[in-house]
Amino acid sequence: MTADVLGAPVKRVEDPKFITGRGRYLDDITLPAMTHMAILRSPYAHANIRSIDISAAKAAPGVVTVIVGADIPYNPLPMAWPAGGASGIQNNISTPRALATDSVKWTGEGVAAVIAESAAQARDALDLIEVEWEPLPAVVDAEKAIADGAPQLHENAPNNHVFDWQVGDKPGTDAAFANAEVVVSQRLVNHRLIPNPMEVRGDIGWYNPGTGEYTIWMSSQTPHIQRLLLAAFVMGVPEQKIRCISPDVGGAFGSKIFCYADMALVLFASKAIGGRPVKWVEARRESFGSTIHGRDHITYVDVAATRAGEVKGLRVRTLANLGGRLSTIGPGIPTTLYGRILSGPYKIPNVHCEVTGVYTNTTFVDAYRGAGRPEATYVVERAMDLLADELGIDPAEVRRRNFLPPDSFPYDNPSGLLTAVNGSKLYIDSGNYEPAMDKALAMAGYADTAAKKAEAKARGKLLGVGLSTYIEVCGVAPSKWIGAVGEGWGAAMWESSNIKVHLTGKVVVTMGTQPQGQGHETTYAQIISHELGVPMEDIVVQHSDTQGTPFGYGSYGSRTSNVGTGAAIKAAARIREKARRYAAHMLEASVDDIEVDGAEYRVKGSPDKKKTIQEIAFALDLAFDAPEGMEPYLDETAYHDTPNCTFPFGTHIATVEVDEETGNVELVRYVAVDDVGKKINPMIVDGQLHGGIVQGIGQALWEEAVYDDDGQLLSGSLLDYALPRAAWLPNFELDETVTPSPVNPLGVKGVGEAGCIASTAAVANAVNDALSPLGIRHLDMPFTAQKVWGAMQAAPRSSGSSKGGQA
Amino acid sequence: MIPAAFEYTRASSVEEALAILASDEGAKLIAGGQSLLPLMKLRLAQPARLVDIGRLPELRGVSRLDDGRLSVGALTTYAELMDSPAVHLGVIRDAVPSIADVQVRNRGTVGGAVAHADPASDLPAALLALDAELVIQSSSGTRNVRADGFFQGPFTTGLAHDEILAAVILPAPRHDAGSAYAALEQRASGYPIAGVAAVVVVGAGGMIEWAGVGVTGVSDHPYRAHEVESALVGTMGSVEAVAAAAELVVGDREVNADIHAGRAYRAAMAVVHARRAIEAALARAS
Repeated sequence: MTADVLGAPVKRVEDPKFITGRGRYLDDITLPAMTHMAILRSPYAHANIRSIDISAAKAAPGVVTVIVGADIPYNPLPMAWPAGGASGIQNNISTPRALATDSVKWTGEGVAAVIAESAAQARDALDLIEVEWEPLPAVVDAEKAIADGAPQLHENAPNNHVFDWQVGDKPGTDAAFANAEVVVSQRLVNHRLIPNPMEVRGDIGWYNPGTGEYTIWMSSQTPHIQRLLLAAFVMGVPEQKIRCISPDVGGAFGSKIFCYADMALVLFASKAIGGRPVKWVEARRESFGSTIHGRDHITYVDVAATRAGEVKGLRVRTLANLGGRLSTIGPGIPTTLYGRILSGPYKIPNVHCEVTGVYTNTTFVDAYRGAGRPEATYVVERAMDLLADELGIDPAEVRRRNFLPPDSFPYDNPSGLLTAVNGSKLYIDSGNYEPAMDKALAMAGYADTAAKKAEAKARGKLLGVGLSTYIEVCGVAPSKWIGAVGEGWGAAMWESSNIKVHLTGKVVVTMGTQPQGQGHETTYAQIISHELGVPMEDIVVQHSDTQGTPFGYGSYGSRTSNVGTGAAIKAAARIREKARRYAAHMLEASVDDIEVDGAEYRVKGSPDKKKTIQEIAFALDLAFDAPEGMEPYLDETAYHDTPNCTFPFGTHIATVEVDEETGNVELVRYVAVDDVGKKINPMIVDGQLHGGIVQGIGQALWEEAVYDDDGQLLSGSLLDYALPRAAWLPNFELDETVTPSPVNPLGVKGVGEAGCIASTAAVANAVNDALSPLGIRHLDMPFTAQKVWGAMQAAPRSSGSSKGGQA
Repeated sequence: MIPAAFEYTRASSVEEALAILASDEGAKLIAGGQSLLPLMKLRLAQPARLVDIGRLPELRGVSRLDDGRLSVGALTTYAELMDSPAVHLGVIRDAVPSIADVQVRNRGTVGGAVAHADPASDLPAALLALDAELVIQSSSGTRNVRADGFFQGPFTTGLAHDEILAAVILPAPRHDAGSAYAALEQRASGYPIAGVAAVVVVGAGGMIEWAGVGVTGVSDHPYRAHEVESALVGTMGSVEAVAAAAELVVGDREVNADIHAGRAYRAAMAVVHARRAIEAALARAS
């Protein structure tokens, strides 16, 4: 018998190639006669293009051609997820073109491209392009952009509004506030982040004049979607004429979901030069300005509650800065994935949320790990702490008094947050929030917080402890629901799997999902090994090429473990069923008498009469003796549309120490109890949690995209944008509770974004707790040393330190 | 991230490198390349010619001079410096590990850091505090200068175009001295927002007989804070005396400001870290 590997911490089968440098990323690919492209990007945040002189660049050594926007007949890039959900929502859409034609809306928008024999020659020739600019006033802040007299970015977007969207129960919420015993209000800034995957983006485009077919290699999370978008929406080329291939993808965090201008550009360029392949790989600095950014909300939150700490209403008004033009699903993130989950794990009877999407002269904003859910968690978790502070009740106790009880599930939010316009609903699938919090409190020694604060104070440190009791939305999403929360084209969200058992007994699994470091080749193999009884090493998992994999929507939104896995399990069941029918034929028994145990198909009551799946595959693939009406070959495809999303949850507790003299914040302890349902591979779950937690900590403490008032990105390189480093972090103390999801047969919930959704708020609450003795009620992230020091200098109360810094 | 085109010459001797420098205005020396190459990739530096002195053995390694001082060859890497007797100097032991990362410390050189003269480089603060001597070579001979006065502005030193920094001479470690480096790191770059190196020589009675204080990251070039040193010498190094001396670390100098630290914050951090460095140096001297 093959050992059951489902749920085991199997080492990742991908790792030998990745850790020995044998991965094959986009930039590792060289094609015959390949050329190289460099893109001239706008130095202005807002400007009209009066003219572009490319003559000198065209004559430069090695240059094959130079392209400007006017050369390219393609449509602007598509916008696939407008803010929707209530009738009559107007979305004022402007998306990028392959190259800008008349004007630029942010520093970094592409205006011309050089194709040359070498990457260096392409780069050198950029300096020879002369653009006559007409600089225009710029605005980078969402509140300033909607104010009277602000620079206007687009004629179709009065006052720079992309949309005005709302969700929830306004009259009910207003009534809750009218009757409230306590109201707590706060302005919160969830600042802008820059994703920075280890591998930057890039594409290679190849047009074959002999067939009229386009092939594009792209560092993408979504090759099938890009094929559809490029064909049907951008290029006007029949979909079957485009093939998209994602080689190994070295991280993405959402930034590689989207349809980017460079994708259309390399394909246009390859055709323009007669079919030589064209490679473009962004420089890190280029990536900072022209790959999407994340977050960037300004939020006003009000909480209505009783004196006992029971929350009766939550009112949220958010300005979502979406950048100079819209990325592929920019408006969907701060609406559906944010406003609809604002109540978190709490029983809040009245919630209302208004979101205005805003154009500014900044890089476009779209899904970045967590995408809307970290922003929502931050709002509600800060609100819980502010309420606790107002009432003088312990933050853990306030949460306890508001948690949904364990008999609430499946939970239909009374404000209809999760209800789409066509009436289809999401339900919070399962949960049991208090045990996870209690476990985390015990692990963190929460009861001893006061003593720890006193001990730290004696060392010149202000210690703070912060909780984040979060929920995640994984397994995005039922197509019917997702279609009805967006408008226009939207996107379906089902997944696909094909399984073939070859006559050697080896198994080839092809998936529509697209890994970018998660370990799909391991986890799918564990599942199929469990389902078919075939050893893991006999299974190969393939993906990433629209030629040869079934259509799939790709990997993002923590959807693979629920939706992709659902398809794989369905396909495996079909393989089993066909094998069972053929086993009955081989064993001269009735199908109903065949029982399946791992790889073995046995006649009930006659255990010696059996065939293995390998024997069945051999015979059925040869088909010398196939019965009438049975097709040869074990080859089954399945498509899976999830009936619901899954909602992981947990409690994270951060402990920080603030240096009273410098404002430097050190994270000294991090405890996390996560409930991600059942686990396919607990080692990979831990890895996802670690990475996610670090990313969320990075936002709270160090990472920040900073623009000046003219729209120049001041934090435009890794010298000024601080990514977290291992040496700055304590060992994470992880534990779990396990509440299986009823949504899928494995009971898994997913984990791709959970750490990142939880940790930002935990750290923010910890720092604010540390500063509270100074009379500081709320400080916005990121808690850089300078910002914390400044807040301490301006604080109502001194820290009482004999060594306080001087102004 | 592709540099502009440049010529490349690998020098086979110091004399050859000096001859190229003397004849080619556009030539620039490269040793470990850990500062210059990133600038070239960003096209912030576009030298017409690189003269690679990275393989000249005569510029490499740490040796003890007859008077007990340590001569550190310009090509000595940070990692090699930490493997040398210089590690007995507390200020070196503190400052070098705070420079960049392991890869950079394996390639980056002492001479490169000093000649490059980044206004926020860690090592110059240590050299200033140690009152180090710099050995400068040209076709016309060798001259020794003190670190104090060598750093003149951002990326600007007392080194002429046709000269090579050949070695740095550090004082011999001594039992009655203590030294330390304290810095607040800018999280993204790892460069100090304010970094202060302190060296104190303490007499038998506990009185501070000599002090050296080097400051980096604060102003447009690393400098020696003589005002702090004067305030320390002759005191018993009490908490109050150290705090009072540390207050003088900025003086009337123009303080750098950027998105990570405005003038007020950076000046305050210079004071805090001056005090911390002096206190740590005193603790090591006793």
